[in-house]
Amino acid sequence: MTILDRQSAGGASSPELAPLDLTGVDRGQAESWLASMSLIRQFETVAEPLVMAGKIPGGMHSAIGQEATAVGVISALAEGDIVTGTHRSHHVTLAKGLPPREVMAELYGKATGSLGGRGGHMHLADVGRGHFGSNGIVGAGLGLALGAALGSSVGHRGQVAVGFFGDGAANIGRVWEYVNLAVVWQLPLVVVCENNLYAVETPYAQVTGGGDIAARARGFGLPAEKVDGQDVAAMHRAAAAAVQRARAGGGPTFIESLTYRLGGHDVGDRETYRTREEVERWRAAQDPVLRLAAAAQLAGLLSADDVAAALAAAEKAVAEAVEYAEASPFPDPGTLLTGVTATDLRIRSNP
Amino acid sequence: MSPRVTLSQAYRQGLAEEMRADPSILVYGTDLFERGGHWGQVRGLGDEFGRDRVRNAPISEAAMVAAGVGAAMNGLRPVVDLNFIDFAFGAMDEIVNQAAKVRYMWGAPMPLVIRGTNGVAGGGAQHNNSIESWFAHTPGLLVAMPSTPADTKGLIKSALRGQDPVIFLMHKLLAGLRGEVGGEEDLVPFGRGVVRRPGRDVTIATYGVTVSRSVAAAEQLAAEGVEVEVLDLRTVAPLDLELVEDSVRRTRRLVVVTEAPRHGGIGAEIAAALAESLHGELDGPVLRVGAPHVPTPHSPTLLAAATPTAEDIARAVRLAVPARAA
Repeated sequence: MTILDRQSAGGASSPELAPLDLTGVDRGQAESWLASMSLIRQFETVAEPLVMAGKIPGGMHSAIGQEATAVGVISALAEGDIVTGTHRSHHVTLAKGLPPREVMAELYGKATGSLGGRGGHMHLADVGRGHFGSNGIVGAGLGLALGAALGSSVGHRGQVAVGFFGDGAANIGRVWEYVNLAVVWQLPLVVVCENNLYAVETPYAQVTGGGDIAARARGFGLPAEKVDGQDVAAMHRAAAAAVQRARAGGGPTFIESLTYRLGGHDVGDRETYRTREEVERWRAAQDPVLRLAAAAQLAGLLSADDVAAALAAAEKAVAEAVEYAEASPFPDPGTLLTGVTATDLRIRSNP
Repeated sequence: MSPRVTLSQAYRQGLAEEMRADPSILVYGTDLFERGGHWGQVRGLGDEFGRDRVRNAPISEAAMVAAGVGAAMNGLRPVVDLNFIDFAFGAMDEIVNQAAKVRYMWGAPMPLVIRGTNGVAGGGAQHNNSIESWFAHTPGLLVAMPSTPADTKGLIKSALRGQDPVIFLMHKLLAGLRGEVGGEEDLVPFGRGVVRRPGRDVTIATYGVTVSRSVAAAEQLAAEGVEVEVLDLRTVAPLDLELVEDSVRRTRRLVVVTEAPRHGGIGAEIAAALAESLHGELDGPVLRVGAPHVPTPHSPTLLAAATPTAEDIARAVRLAVPARAA
């Protein structure tokens, strides 16, 4: 099912859909958000069955439902700013502007992928474009964003770095080491916790002492707020304020995005840990793409044709990405050992 | 050559010279700015370079190394001073899963130095781990283990002009060792060992603190008519196997010496490599001297029994050259 199907099934006009405040948002902004969020939704929707079909090796973690967090935050950044993501980061990666065909080819493990097939879906990156890595290790991406912020600060580069992590990582000690150091050194870092309620299969409430991630952050002495992560405009406003503070030398900010993954943890997840009703409730009221589409039309920023055009453009881009990935060659096995280090380690091979 | 300085001073000289030449280098760790580190390894650098480039950090190894990785990706050359390399356990993900893999996965240089004091001395089990083989076993990392002030200075300078993550290990017992050091452009390349003492009968391949113990053993053995060639490998990643092979082609006998436990270590790698490449040219088995498989104990008598000495090395060499020892 594509988002267009859902749209025609009445999603956008669903009376349950939560409203969204677009005050101060102009048409260009709304159009750009919708384009980016539709692209992510379509990318994930198309990629998932490709995993099941064996076209994309190594599984994947879809970000369906979490589009507004990535798009809202990253649209508040300037060219040259830096992001890092989690194992679930296609949304961050596409929002940061990596070409969908390079990302898809990377998922396929093709030579034309963003990383030539060296990374795969959990390690997407494009350092030149300011994407300092999705990270397969829970919480680790935030540390690299912390370092990018240190580089910006000491190198007087004027960049802001954003590190995303999940509610699962909020129970990893090193995450709070990173937050503490960012505070101590007053680094231009925006810390974004994507609280999607489940760490793989474990409900956040079951394993989070005190139950309040943003409150933990406040204990480290930085501004911390909870934001509706299904509301792209709210995420954008919160991020814009944090980015401004960071760029002005005001140090790090913590944003807890209250979000939800509408799909499973990974492709093939049977989702026995939550009810169908719960998922449907979120889908009906809190689908971030549909919320934006509906609100933008209600506010007169976009027409129904604009929305349809955005969705169609996303479908076209993703179809082209798949075509590109399919047609691309796999990397030459002879390149296996290239680029482990700049220094020749002179490691010997099998006889 | 310069006046004789300690190994810690040699490190500081090398770091300071590079910091003067390259504003992207910064150093941070615990107790660095005022105290200058627990071995005085950066003493005075705070005053010279200021708090932006010589930073005190909380005792947060994971955060320090993570910050180093991200900063190295964003234009800096960070030197993370962990004081004791034992504390690297708290940053193992950042070292192994992040720093070591950035170049291969993401195609970006990773000019990050992680300095730690290593090796066995007093203080018990948790501050005396020999884990160079862990790092050397990880694709993507370089590991320096200098045994002299000159090599310390030359290797840190190479590390700070390179593009790779370097684990820079300075032995506790060598911190005060004095020697001459090179000038600003005297770099010691990674992966090039040196002959510390020439000899024709048997080769000892070693690095770090056991270099001087091996030389001491060689002096004893010379009195017995056995001429030992002692090789100081200086870095264990890259590992200069070619130097070992050149020597062993002449001596036809090899003893590998490490302070680290024998089991699964760098000595095992050297022995296996030589068994593959020079099997037919060896006059006997490659012998290894290393620590027994035991955490470092506290009591001096136990500690002595757990630490390879010049005597242990000499005994192995006598076994390697039975005809001459007889």
